[in-house]
Amino acid sequence: MGGEAVIEVRDLTMRHGTRLIQQGLDFTVARGDIFVIMGGSGCGKSTLLKHLIGLATPAAGEILVEGENFFCASPEQQKAMRRRWGITYQRGGLFSDLTLAENVAVPLQQYRRLGKRETAELISYKLALVGLHGFEDYYPGEISGGMQKRAALARAIALDPALLFFDEPSAGLDPLSSRRLDELIVQISESLGGTVVIVTHELASIFSIASNAVFLDAESRTQLDCGNPRTLLDHSPHDPVRQFLSRGGTEPGHTGVSP
Amino acid sequence: MPFRVSRDGADTLLQLQGDWTALAAPPEAAELLRASALAPSPSRRLRLMATGFHWDSGVAARLFSLARLCEAEDIPLDTTGLPEHLQKLLALASAVKNPPEPHPPAPGLLALGWNACRAFQASLVGFLAFLGELVLALGRVFSGRGQAKGRDLLYFVELGGPRALGIVALISVLVGMILAYLGAVQLRQLGAEVYVANLVALGMVREMAPLMTAVIMAGRTGAAYAAQLGTMQANEEIDAVTTLGLSPMEYLVVPRLLALVLVMPFLVIFANMVGLVGGALVAMGMDVSFTQFITQAREAVSLADVATGLVKSLLFAVLIAIAGCQAGLQSGRTSAAVGDATTRAVVHAIVYLVIADAALNILYNLLGV
Repeated sequence: MGGEAVIEVRDLTMRHGTRLIQQGLDFTVARGDIFVIMGGSGCGKSTLLKHLIGLATPAAGEILVEGENFFCASPEQQKAMRRRWGITYQRGGLFSDLTLAENVAVPLQQYRRLGKRETAELISYKLALVGLHGFEDYYPGEISGGMQKRAALARAIALDPALLFFDEPSAGLDPLSSRRLDELIVQISESLGGTVVIVTHELASIFSIASNAVFLDAESRTQLDCGNPRTLLDHSPHDPVRQFLSRGGTEPGHTGVSP
Repeated sequence: MPFRVSRDGADTLLQLQGDWTALAAPPEAAELLRASALAPSPSRRLRLMATGFHWDSGVAARLFSLARLCEAEDIPLDTTGLPEHLQKLLALASAVKNPPEPHPPAPGLLALGWNACRAFQASLVGFLAFLGELVLALGRVFSGRGQAKGRDLLYFVELGGPRALGIVALISVLVGMILAYLGAVQLRQLGAEVYVANLVALGMVREMAPLMTAVIMAGRTGAAYAAQLGTMQANEEIDAVTTLGLSPMEYLVVPRLLALVLVMPFLVIFANMVGLVGGALVAMGMDVSFTQFITQAREAVSLADVATGLVKSLLFAVLIAIAGCQAGLQSGRTSAAVGDATTRAVVHAIVYLVIADAALNILYNLLGV
């Protein structure tokens, strides 16, 4: 904790049509944090992320990202804000009709005027960073799920974002690939000096990388607790939080895989 | 008997026995409960016992219904006398007592009508909003501030143009022949077979070529647009487009729309020619020579007639692209939703086409062209 607030969520209510998803969300993400949004299936974790990145509009409450409210900003300001964000999606979100190189090129062409050679060089570098050197001309459909996630990460970091958002980065990956991806996320965010927001329910990920977290409860439709998951495991006053972090109490102590 | 009822102190004892899996019709839950009522007990407690009892999932399901019935009638049920595995399965099935919220009752006839009106209003508003956004996006693209890529445009032109020639040719030649036969029956009675050429030429150029080509393109390209964009929606690719700072309207819709607008007039000109050949083939069977037919057709059709058809085709192209792209962008994220989007794209496109065709014909009539 500590440091300046990058994302401030104030009394946020999220609805899907008339159906209430979550209400009374109130937390702060500090600069340099690796912040995990956790909770059981269907509690609205991904929906919260969609609100943070401006794809869904809050029903009530306020979200400030670096002091600005995305939903009150002009289109130019919104574009400038999005330029500083890198996002990977649950299902990858790679453009399936473009090669990996072309995928990474999309944000570069969009925001930076670079020469052909410079662009190609930058693309190779970003792909090599995520361990996909030499896969420039492959299509997303031709590589494995883990590689797709890493390619999506390469696209997300193309513009050296200050803020990285991940929606279930390790969903559908085997434990080793998922751990490697976690390590990659930590390394890249450290070298970029950025802040990371991750939606996940993988305990191993949560304990190994999170510095701060918020727990969303599906039943009461609100956030139950907020803080470092290692502390929450033993000291949260809320039963569901401790149950969740200890896998229903079946695992003695935390099972964190230290990075 | 597969079961026996007896009393044991205050309890009713239901003894299950034999191989229930071999029974043609194992006793129903209600039957079991009725039978056990024959030996009423002061405590009303029902104890299930089993000896030499064979069972499978079907039997377990029956006992599960019995447990539900007992619960409904407030009869305490004791299953400790059953085989251990069966006990566990029953306990597992009854563990989660979390009935889902009941479905809302089906709306009445009046409410259904009202909902349909609301849905129609919403779709009209949606169409107009989409149209407005599209016009703005086109404005940005044409003023050079847009994000559409030339390469995409060429790709969609190839997809919608050259590759559609085969099916357009087939349909047009058949429509030309149909028009010819239609006219021939009437005109032969007057001995005016040669005027079949007028009918075919005018019919194709003003009406059938633009409309049939548009219907083909709605089924072919419009549906493809909806499926592509719907799949992109399901894959979160549209979200990625938005958060990468691109406008889906400029980046995805504008190239598709422009490609269709570019190829449609050429497809219609092609359909006109092939349709005439189809008509000529039929006419030749009625002793009208090919040259005679073409000469007659050229006299019948003015440049204005051709132009009316081409204007129609431009409007049709816009409508097909809008129907396809709107359905795709507004698709849900499941495979079924993508299927729905494709259906909606084609149905909407055909409705738009017929309405627009009627409107244009009225307009042409007023203008005297």
